[in-house]
Amino acid sequence: MEGGSVSGSASALSNDENLVVSCEDSCSPVGNELELGLTLSLGRKGYTRVAYADDSSSSSSSSSSSLSRASVIAGIKRTADSMAATSGQVVGWPPIRTYRMNSMVVNQAKTLVSEDQNSEIRQEVNKNRTDATNMRSSMFVKVTMDGIPIGRKIDLNAHKCYESLSNTLEEMFLKPKTGLSTRETDGRMETPVKILPDGSSGLVLTYEDKEGDWMLVGDVPWGMFIGSVRRLRIMKTSEATGKAQMIL
Amino acid sequence: MNYFPDEVVEHVFDFVTSHKDRNAISLVCKSWYKIERYSRQKVFIGNCYATNPERLLRRFPCLKSLTLKGKPHFADFNLVPHEWGGFVQPWIEALARSRVGLEELRLKRMVVTDESLELLSRSFVNFKSLVLVSCEGFTTDGLASIAANCRHLRDLDLQENEIDDHRGQWLSCFPDTCTTLVTLNFACLEGETNLVALERLVARSPNLKSLKLNRAVPLDALARLMSCAPQMVDLGVGSYENDPDSESYLKLQAAIKKCTSLRSLSGFLEAAPHCLSAFHPICHNLTSLNLSYAAEIHGSHLIKLIQHCKKLQRLWILDSIGDKGLEVVASTCKELQELRVFPSDLVGGGNTAVTEEGLVAISAGCPKLHSILYFCQQMTNAALVTVAKNCPNFIRFRLCILEPNKPDHVTSQPLDEGFGAIVKACKNLRRLSLSGLLTDQVFLYIGMYANQLEMLSIAFAGDTDKGMLYVLNGCKKMKKLEIRDSPFGDTALLADVSKYETMRSLWMSSCEVTLSGCKRLAEKAPWLNVEIINETDNNRMEENGHEGRQKVDKLYLYRTVVGTRMDAPPFVWIL
Repeated sequence: MEGGSVSGSASALSNDENLVVSCEDSCSPVGNELELGLTLSLGRKGYTRVAYADDSSSSSSSSSSSLSRASVIAGIKRTADSMAATSGQVVGWPPIRTYRMNSMVVNQAKTLVSEDQNSEIRQEVNKNRTDATNMRSSMFVKVTMDGIPIGRKIDLNAHKCYESLSNTLEEMFLKPKTGLSTRETDGRMETPVKILPDGSSGLVLTYEDKEGDWMLVGDVPWGMFIGSVRRLRIMKTSEATGKAQMIL
Repeated sequence: MNYFPDEVVEHVFDFVTSHKDRNAISLVCKSWYKIERYSRQKVFIGNCYATNPERLLRRFPCLKSLTLKGKPHFADFNLVPHEWGGFVQPWIEALARSRVGLEELRLKRMVVTDESLELLSRSFVNFKSLVLVSCEGFTTDGLASIAANCRHLRDLDLQENEIDDHRGQWLSCFPDTCTTLVTLNFACLEGETNLVALERLVARSPNLKSLKLNRAVPLDALARLMSCAPQMVDLGVGSYENDPDSESYLKLQAAIKKCTSLRSLSGFLEAAPHCLSAFHPICHNLTSLNLSYAAEIHGSHLIKLIQHCKKLQRLWILDSIGDKGLEVVASTCKELQELRVFPSDLVGGGNTAVTEEGLVAISAGCPKLHSILYFCQQMTNAALVTVAKNCPNFIRFRLCILEPNKPDHVTSQPLDEGFGAIVKACKNLRRLSLSGLLTDQVFLYIGMYANQLEMLSIAFAGDTDKGMLYVLNGCKKMKKLEIRDSPFGDTALLADVSKYETMRSLWMSSCEVTLSGCKRLAEKAPWLNVEIINETDNNRMEENGHEGRQKVDKLYLYRTVVGTRMDAPPFVWIL
């Protein structure tokens, strides 16, 4: 069973895919990792201090200690669950309360989006900058699905586009792991169900924005979405139509 | 004292208020234990799983105020899964059943549901004060129950909680007869606020001293609120954007001038910096200023504001203030006791970040400084040595260099000497957080000098088990030790099992401890709960053949008098 606080191995897999096969322009991976001196191999977390050993010191004692440290630290291998490999971030670092992290990301996204709303090119650049900003922090939002009593949490900053978000949500809610009751998954195990924007699968993904309105996911550019999303809900299409009428 | 009747002894005990002192007197003799337990009104439980509600009520039947902490500290940084535990429901149920006269409940890092809040609101006639810090699991519906049912509510203080805002009318649920509010803090609510209900509530609360608004309260509403509450001591501004020539802004200026009791200012969640000057007239009275959420306030507007705040004792700020800004703080705020500098931008340095220079300036200019939390891009040993010399009075010293393992940026050495200087000079240091490149040496210093240290946070530090052993052997007063991503293993963990009886808890994640090591520990210490948190499916520990040698991802152990808890989720394995 996956814990809710870390977007678990499912999203790590989808991010692996993103790095290997870019899904869209906006999903270009960001190369911030080297600044940290992190050497990340896919699927592993670990700090090797190769960068420091290269950079720095004149004195032999410190370089030898840094090399021996590198071997010690390289020896600490963990699974992709810790997310460092795939999104350039270390879980829980820097040590800032989630509440504060979320408000930081919202502020940054808001500033970038409001700077210039006209130019398409600017938007693209901003989106990548937003992505770069977001790469270093987590933004957890609640996700609920109609019919499932327990909600989950998902880190939106582990994704750079709607498709990867959708894939992760499908993994989380529609593909059962051992431990989930089969009651909820009857009839869903055979055919992979997708949460499509047109609701043709019977399910549609919506989000609540800052103003408290429920919107369909996918209508606005990703950066704008990140700046205004508060929580997500996978609705049955019939309900969504009703709500859409309310908004209009 | 044995010659005095119990009532006299009890009267004397009334003057003893600190938890530590109360615990101490209860150990003197049986008669004092008995008198103390019947007269204790405030109880603090630092780990909700160290005991249970039944034992609490058996011992302290006259309980009026309860403080409970749930999840381990690293839960704040998403290192603990949300379903781990820390539920307040069983506590409230037990308290309600026992008919104890609960008046105050303070919770930190606990899971609180609307059901719990509803039960709380209905069960205690004299309930007065609810403080929730870093909690989750409830919505504004729960707040509505509290508002509606707690007739004598004095404090509703919500700090950095994750609350589902249903945009309901919880503020209008306060009955017209409710006039007792002293504290109302809903800054962390994300949704709309019923401004009319809020204004009416503030207008009929003559005792209101602390009001912290959320983002949804605009500037004109703020002006009206302040003008009907000039007795305000602590104000959290929500949205602060307006045209400075407008009528509502002029009204705000007038209202602010009347708030001569204002001592603490925070918020500015959305702010237009040029409006800040409205607050200048009262700045000279301020003792506390929290601008750590005010991303839009920086540069000259910020500096001008700070230059008016000569009496400041507590300052929380973003690193966009820069080293130069910190120099202004150092020369202006001579009464400063606590400083927190948070990062404003996590991508990369940029010229607005703070460095070791800002820290040195503060230490030189503010002799009364005793608490610091400082996020920065770089540090040097020399700077830390200077800081230690300037400020030997630190009680809390938390330094977070944003890049893990970063050495002294001038000498490329580890920061052992710098932190060593801090622990050596600051004899009263109770809390320490380390960062940067650190070897076992820093732990040798900590074990040797940090005699009063109660809480230590370690991340990406140390070389061998010796590091952790230095700390466990040396720091006699250690209560909470939390370690992540450091190469400490079973040898250190098992060296002195009885040490954990003197501590509240130990957290180790992404270290070198193995499952068999943890099992051995659990065997040796049945009075400990040894929890393994294991979230990944493919690491099923029971099924794996080499389970003994398998590394444990997250270990959390704590002393307890009530044994294994029953509410652990499937991915938590209690040995």
